[in-house]
Amino acid sequence: MSGILVVQEERGFGRNRFSQEALAAGHVLAALTGLSMETAVVGDKNTPILAETSGTPAATAYAVEHPLLNTYTSDGYVLAFEQLIRKLNPAYILFPHSYQVRDFVPRLAARFDQVLIGDVAAIEAGPSFTRQLFQGKVNARYRHRGDGPCFISIQAGAFRPDPPTAGTTTIYPFVPEIASDAIRTRPSEPFRAAAQAVDLSSAQMIVSVGRGIKNQENIALVQNLAAALGAELAASRPICDNGWLPMDRQVGSSGQTIAPKLYIAAGISGAIQHVVGMKASQCIVAINKDPGAPIFEVADYGIVGDLMEVVPAITEAVKAAKQ
Amino acid sequence: MKIIVAIKQVPDRDAPIRIDAAGKWIEESDLQYAMNEPDAYALEEALQLKEKHGGEVIVLSAGPESVGTTIREALAKGADRAIHIVCDDLASRDALSVARLLAEAAKQESPDLLLTGLQSEDLGLGQTGVIVAELLGLPHATLILHVEKTDTGIEVKRELEEGWFQTIQLPTPAVLTIQSGGAKLRYATLMGIKRAKMKEVKQLASADLASATAPVVVLEQLALPRKQRSTQMLAGTPKETAAALVEKLRTEAHVL
Repeated sequence: MSGILVVQEERGFGRNRFSQEALAAGHVLAALTGLSMETAVVGDKNTPILAETSGTPAATAYAVEHPLLNTYTSDGYVLAFEQLIRKLNPAYILFPHSYQVRDFVPRLAARFDQVLIGDVAAIEAGPSFTRQLFQGKVNARYRHRGDGPCFISIQAGAFRPDPPTAGTTTIYPFVPEIASDAIRTRPSEPFRAAAQAVDLSSAQMIVSVGRGIKNQENIALVQNLAAALGAELAASRPICDNGWLPMDRQVGSSGQTIAPKLYIAAGISGAIQHVVGMKASQCIVAINKDPGAPIFEVADYGIVGDLMEVVPAITEAVKAAKQ
Repeated sequence: MKIIVAIKQVPDRDAPIRIDAAGKWIEESDLQYAMNEPDAYALEEALQLKEKHGGEVIVLSAGPESVGTTIREALAKGADRAIHIVCDDLASRDALSVARLLAEAAKQESPDLLLTGLQSEDLGLGQTGVIVAELLGLPHATLILHVEKTDTGIEVKRELEEGWFQTIQLPTPAVLTIQSGGAKLRYATLMGIKRAKMKEVKQLASADLASATAPVVVLEQLALPRKQRSTQMLAGTPKETAAALVEKLRTEAHVL
């Protein structure tokens, strides 16, 4: 067992920032454990992601190359990284917590009789790894036991990319053995839903509605507030799942990521999948009946109360202020 | 098609979560429980496949005796029968250990498809289905919104990040983890609730399925989240708090 391997993700959706954050987390873990850090990415040695630096560049990088990895499949990635890990024998393997990582790393870890510690938001002495439970209501600190490699994925936005520091990286190609019949799934090219009509990212103000609204008719209350403010209307995932608002108004990890001047969260509890999409907002107002709702952890102003009463009152107050 | 749906009973999302005195787990005594919502979507997808193509839907759940209420709910919605892995130490097992139980029970049924929700609302690990696929040696796909049967297997619609999707073709048998929102959830009918009482629930003892191994990941301590911003809580009648909020947004935050 030696070292820390940070696996960066290039394919997928250009979320290179997630990989930079995983590198930053790798630096934190390296400082705590005194272990050295290496990095790996699927692609050839000229892949631009290996040239981007965050903190001191890893002295060694592996470009994992194989024609069968040009399109992501869980079977292909599990085989490739299983071989790389058996060769390098790292003590810790860090990934960004992307959809792709969620798709293949649990399977990869199981191949080593290990369990991924997923969506980690903090790494502290021990080392211990903190992730959220119960929709963000509780933080849990975990530790890895035993001799096997420890698999970690890093929550989006939890670690700030380090400023680049001088240093050089030697890049080695790594060519895994993958038989074409080992890949059992046939993925299509990604496509986008036909009408992505609403671009929430350009809105200055957003009023967002969650499960607390109870039924579709009540959405008018929030719509009225958005109209009074001149704000865009948005929602957390369950509202769109129910078909009460279209999917393109969804804020969060499966929807849009936004940072408006003002974000009003009405009846949204603040599960991490939502919070990652809006926590960069300049000013956050949370209205929720549950004083323990995690949305209050990220809010500048909080109101505990019934949104059916509070939201219309704010609408009236906004109208009065504009007169 | 023979379809197994793995479902989990979780604390109701509105239940107040309190950390126990030792800081090792939560107070469970006065909690209300419900079916994990992504699992409810997995069940819905399975029921719709059965309605189109025939076959059988079997629900599979691990947990203490109290899980029986969630199993009956699934039977009332239309599942044909159930397997209950009786297991009182679910919280102290890691995902691999739970997946071993589910995989062993599923193996005995040789299903064409095994569906489960993409993650649980309590632990949010999002791994169990994928690990079960590995243990059974089956192909898998995650974050699935829709399943179509084809001549050679299935074609699924997978959600990617930032509003992108893809389709994936898989041979069967296969394991899928289902994303919420792909279909509209049904309610149990009165007739369904009556019929559920007659349906078979086979109980399996966890000790007979897989020997307990030491967890490789252990929960050390629970704590309340740290505040990321200093929040001003506004109190009063709705009218008072609304007026105070608008004033602060204008003069303090300068966003209005």
